[in-house]
Amino acid sequence: MDDTVQQRIRQNISETPVVLFMKGSPVFPQCGFSAAVVQILSHIGVKFKGVDVLSDPGIRQGIKEFSNWPTIPQLYVKGEFVGGCDIIREMFETGELQQLFEQKGVPVRA
Amino acid sequence: MAMDAAMIERLIKESLPDAQVSIEDLRGDGDHYAAHVVSGAFRGKTRVQQHQMVYQALRGRMGNELHALALQTGAPED
Repeated sequence: MDDTVQQRIRQNISETPVVLFMKGSPVFPQCGFSAAVVQILSHIGVKFKGVDVLSDPGIRQGIKEFSNWPTIPQLYVKGEFVGGCDIIREMFETGELQQLFEQKGVPVRA
Repeated sequence: MAMDAAMIERLIKESLPDAQVSIEDLRGDGDHYAAHVVSGAFRGKTRVQQHQMVYQALRGRMGNELHALALQTGAPED
């Protein structure tokens, strides 16, 4: 495992409260699964930073090793891995996602 | 590269013998599946851990041969 990549990932998720590792950018997602998570986050009004793994092959591989999770997108809140597309969708539908942001002190649109 | 549904089910059941697995081929292309997996082994685990157990069962195929597997997991209801 590449230590500098792991360090960059750690720095990213500790500096910004909500980080989405995704394919493409929040404005132009390049994959339906990434787009779905962007849509959910936008819908509940959470500010997040998108990290485009397509423009950074080191991060693309490194993030999978970091979380032991084989797919992109991956959502991190306050440094903690919350899940991929299926989990985020399920948590959104049950209201758990909104609760999580509130518990972690991340503002959501009322 | 595609993978057939029976293979996915077999791999999951090898790791989680009690699992009830239902798999749907979403587009009929052998590449986009939805799986619902219920196993007692999921009790007390977070969703992330449950999904990781399924990915583990698929031994590295997820994200490679298997492009899309929408997962829903849970423990059996008592």
